[in-house]
Amino acid sequence: MLRFFRRNFAGYAFLSPWLIGFFLLAIGPILASLYLSFTKYNVVRPPQWIGLDNYFYMFQMDQRFWKALQVTFSFVVISVPLKLIFALGVAMALDKGIRAIGWYRALFYLPSILGGSIAVAILWRQLFNYDGVINSILRLFGGDGPYWLSDPKYSLWTLIVLAIWQFGSPMLIFLAGLRAIPQELYEAAEIDAAGPVRKFFAITVPLLAPVIFFNLVLQMIEAFKSFSGAFIISGGTGAPLDSLLFFTVYLYNEAFSFLRMGYASALAWVLLLIIALFTAIAFWTSKYWVHYENERG
Amino acid sequence: MTEATITPAMLSTAEVARAYREAKAKRAKRAALLKHVFLIVTSLIMIYPLLWMLASSLKPDNQIFGDLGLWPREFQWQNYWAGWNALPVSFTTFFWNSTVVTVLSVIGNVISCSFAAYAFARLEFSGKTIWFALMMMTLMIPYHVVLIPQYLLFLNLGWVDTYLPLIVPRFLAGDAFFIFLMIQFFRQLPRELDEAAMIDGCSPFKIYWAIIMPLSLPAMATAAIFSFIWTWEDFLGPLVYLNDMEDYTVPLALRSFISSDGVSQYGPMFAMSILSILPIILFFVIFQRLIIRGIAMSGLK
Repeated sequence: MLRFFRRNFAGYAFLSPWLIGFFLLAIGPILASLYLSFTKYNVVRPPQWIGLDNYFYMFQMDQRFWKALQVTFSFVVISVPLKLIFALGVAMALDKGIRAIGWYRALFYLPSILGGSIAVAILWRQLFNYDGVINSILRLFGGDGPYWLSDPKYSLWTLIVLAIWQFGSPMLIFLAGLRAIPQELYEAAEIDAAGPVRKFFAITVPLLAPVIFFNLVLQMIEAFKSFSGAFIISGGTGAPLDSLLFFTVYLYNEAFSFLRMGYASALAWVLLLIIALFTAIAFWTSKYWVHYENERG
Repeated sequence: MTEATITPAMLSTAEVARAYREAKAKRAKRAALLKHVFLIVTSLIMIYPLLWMLASSLKPDNQIFGDLGLWPREFQWQNYWAGWNALPVSFTTFFWNSTVVTVLSVIGNVISCSFAAYAFARLEFSGKTIWFALMMMTLMIPYHVVLIPQYLLFLNLGWVDTYLPLIVPRFLAGDAFFIFLMIQFFRQLPRELDEAAMIDGCSPFKIYWAIIMPLSLPAMATAAIFSFIWTWEDFLGPLVYLNDMEDYTVPLALRSFISSDGVSQYGPMFAMSILSILPIILFFVIFQRLIIRGIAMSGLK
């Protein structure tokens, strides 16, 4: 007993802050929100058990829930692939020791580091104003820009562009991945007279697959979680016509504007399950298209 | 063999090879030029919105919209003065509040995450694999899922409208990203150091303090920088926990600019936006190498 204690003491002593945090601020709250999701709770009165009613209401009656899902899915499905394509394109242009690579890398990464800030969200609102920069540029080319912010057909694009603008971190990860591809493969392909397109699909893509997969999972989770941009650009409500009603924005409003904590907890659990599901699908499908080098066969 | 003469046939092979190499070098040169053109154009597009914001922060309101130029016709420096005092509470307070929250969060993150990382990377204890797996899982959990119960917890503790809900979790290693980053770094340090120290009778804490910490300064700095940037930009936390304008951090104050209806003060708003991201840009310029290496090493964010 004493030996057991002695052997484990140091490890658990160093782990203790994390352990306390894990129970009080992570796993505890997750279980608490599962409980709350079966109740009606407005903070003032104690939670009242209503069974699955929140979930029934959500799936059967709540139009805004479906709208929020649709908006969030559209955002994820459009912005993540575009962002990754862009990141890979720039990473490939930066690969193989181009001059001034440090400068380019820094410039391309800067937006990623600022992208989550309220300052940039405010800037974005003005860029996409009807009289804003984007439409002025369109007018230079003779086009007539739409009301980006108030027309529900276009509003989501402002946030998709904002997401793509922050392609810096997947780009850096792609760069590290590209460096790991042996140059001899490309040289061998050149001797066999393979063109750039062929080389890209026959060498770069398969060898980069683990990195592509990693970036895809990460960016997907990030996209599902994104909040401040949509919150600021939609004025906190998901307007116009709920076209910017991100799942997180809806959840925030249910919890903190309308104090429907029970229902918001149910929404939180649905969000958690969606993210877990998508991550699981990504991992499950990965065995069909991701091959790690140290695996033979 | 040393006196081998060059036959006409061999010469022509050598010439062909040289011509091939020259053509290839020429192609490579043209490709490099094209790449630079592409990269320069792309980086200008990327950076243009930020420069436009900087220029707009110095323009009079009526010259901001529809003006694509990056050089104000007249420099309206008073935008900064006006913005600083545009809200009922001055930005001095907001910047001070943000600084307090950020500095304490950074300290909390570095200490608590390096503790956990040291345990995971260097110490043996039962249940380590399970805890490690759970720690990695928390990376995936969206903040929105724990937000409501955390809020209720802090509400019951009477911590709403204080900075405690923003700071205390940082001392409990809430950000698994930093733990992961430090584990990656600690694992690269030679184990012989610990073993030698242990034979000399050093306690695990002494090893952490005298060996691991000093050798891991780059990792600590990287964690500190990311922690700084994220806390400084954090919006949801302050939005939920701070209601009194006296307590606002800079992002919340910026948001008040756009929610105060009708008042058109775009110049001052952009001026304060610029000031709010200035510390981040400065950190980025100074610590660029560490930041970029940190992402390559941990692969996150």
